[in-house]
Amino acid sequence: MKYILNILMMNTMKAGAGVPGWPKKDLQAHIAFMHNLNKELRESGEFVSAEGLSFPDQAKLVRAGKDGTLITDGIFPESKEFLAGYWIIDAATPERAYAVAGRISAAPGPGGTPLNMPVEVRPILSGPPPEML
Amino acid sequence: MKYILMMNGTKADFDGYAKWSKEDLQRNVAFMRAFSKELKDAGVFVATEGLGWPQEAKIVRADKNGEPVTDGVFPESKEFLAGYWIIDVESPEQAYKIAARASAAPGPGGKSGSMPIEVRQVLSGFADLGI
Amino acid sequence: MTGQPGQSSEAIEHLLRELTPQVLGAVVRRFRDFAEAEDAVQEALLAAATRWPEDGLPENPRAWLIQVAFRRMTDHIRSESARRHRESEAMLEAMRMQEPATVDAAPQEDDTLVLLFMCCHPALTPVSAIALTLRAVGGLNTAEIAKAFLVPEATMAQRISRAKQSIKDSGIPFQLPTSEERAQRLRAVLHVLYLIFNEGYTSSGGAQLQRVELSREAIRLARSLHNLLPDDAEVAGLLALTLLTDARRLARTSADGELIPLMQQDRALWDREEIAEGIALISAALPKGSLGPYQLQAAIAAVHDEAARPEDTDWPQILALYDLLRRMSDNPMIALNYAIAAAMVHGPRKGLELLDTLSSDSRVADHHRLEAVRAHLLELAGDRDAAVERYRAAAVKTANLPERNYLLMQAARLASEKESN
Repeated sequence: MKYILNILMMNTMKAGAGVPGWPKKDLQAHIAFMHNLNKELRESGEFVSAEGLSFPDQAKLVRAGKDGTLITDGIFPESKEFLAGYWIIDAATPERAYAVAGRISAAPGPGGTPLNMPVEVRPILSGPPPEML
Repeated sequence: MKYILMMNGTKADFDGYAKWSKEDLQRNVAFMRAFSKELKDAGVFVATEGLGWPQEAKIVRADKNGEPVTDGVFPESKEFLAGYWIIDVESPEQAYKIAARASAAPGPGGKSGSMPIEVRQVLSGFADLGI
Repeated sequence: MTGQPGQSSEAIEHLLRELTPQVLGAVVRRFRDFAEAEDAVQEALLAAATRWPEDGLPENPRAWLIQVAFRRMTDHIRSESARRHRESEAMLEAMRMQEPATVDAAPQEDDTLVLLFMCCHPALTPVSAIALTLRAVGGLNTAEIAKAFLVPEATMAQRISRAKQSIKDSGIPFQLPTSEERAQRLRAVLHVLYLIFNEGYTSSGGAQLQRVELSREAIRLARSLHNLLPDDAEVAGLLALTLLTDARRLARTSADGELIPLMQQDRALWDREEIAEGIALISAALPKGSLGPYQLQAAIAAVHDEAARPEDTDWPQILALYDLLRRMSDNPMIALNYAIAAAMVHGPRKGLELLDTLSSDSRVADHHRLEAVRAHLLELAGDRDAAVERYRAAAVKTANLPERNYLLMQAARLASEKESN
């Protein structure tokens, strides 16, 4: 069954205090960790897709205006959580999905300490639940 | 340039959606299908997914031994990703135009909506991680 | 069939790609329907890719492909006009009378050129032109192109289909452009080839097992174009530029996939042959006196590639070349590079001054590259804190992961140097 594993960051994390502020070898260790995890998931056949998203600085919130116009808004409150990236995996059980999420969560941070970042695990649908229609 | 168009909603938004009439739901689903088809016909479609209900969501953190700890309790105000499209377009303006189309998805009573769609650029070079 | 069965699939693939534009040209000339012809040729290529490895190469591979494509075209016409029975009968009769016993032996080299002009027509968006060029002239199949650009195959197929429809709707004829249009049309071709090269070159390093080498493909197409137009200096300039840039490919990323900037690359890894060829090309082109942006960029690349060590780089010459280039083009990226060169010749403060004037250019003011260059110059100027901040600001803005990692690393390196002082 397909699951999406969402890496969530707080807006306050992204500049200065967060990843951008780490020492070089810690950054390298973090990148290598992700690299290896991806390799493992590809080899096990569980990897479906993964994307990294650009930080929300240039993000836009788009709304349909009247008469086909569009409204864009680029302001996000500092405390807002944002999606930094995700993996989609095909896991045999929810427990397996949680285990992979746990691996991601344990990715090393400054000083090599596991980050324990929150990873949101959601099932992926092929359509709205059938009982809804 | 690849962009992700995201639909978010609070638990209350999801619960509200679950209470829509059958016609409203069918109309919304039909819109989403037609929209994805439009993207495919335009040659800009990369991916789309719908995500499960917030009730099914879990937050996982590794404990100090590296074991996964799951938690299913979230603040009421938390916004959950409901679904997304990834498109490959020539400019950000094109992405915003397409997002506005998604935003206009019909709501209850069949009226064109104005749902906020978050638009962000997808990082290139991610796909090669782990090859 | 006379060839040995079991011909290497790589050799067959190579041959098919070379023959593609020639075969397409022949089919378009006969049937005058570019869109349908292109589909017919794709089917012929598929048939060849399936049959030739087993049966061996035909005696005349080009003729084989043309005949299969012709048959596909007549089948298509037959099924299309099933309703208009009488007309189709007459048309088929006429075609049967025309169909030669042996296909015309002389390849029409002009066809590759015509096809390039068609596929790169300014009426097409750059993305469409790239997709169509790679298929119709490059001979890549849809799946390969889709993989190269990381989109689903169906999306790429649709993109190509729409590009062909645009060509049909614009009434672009299957012929070389008029002499009035030629300069502009050729610029469009060079631009598309350059975009293809760039896409291949800037995709991250490391083993790319699943992607077609787009840069190699761009070089191959640029080379074909150069062979067809040997007297055109800008065409030679583009080929030189791609060779001189591609020469550095192996040095550009570390084993871990990290980006290594030019001034820090291990020059022993640079491809000497490509550099020699590039230098020869640009040296022959420049004296022709029809200076253009590709020649200038190639000349700059040549100056870099000629330096045995980073400290041997002739920055004053590079500065002069960028000065010429920025008079030809108001592309802000050129202005950025000019600022870097100015910094290397007149000191980082001079470069930073030039960047300040760019901050008012809305096209680039918020761009991550401006921040990244500023960070680099601030570092050279010894303003460490500001440099760290700018590197981080650039990292947050870029949409390319390896680049983001690189910028974060620079910030980290600088920040730790500061701490140890």
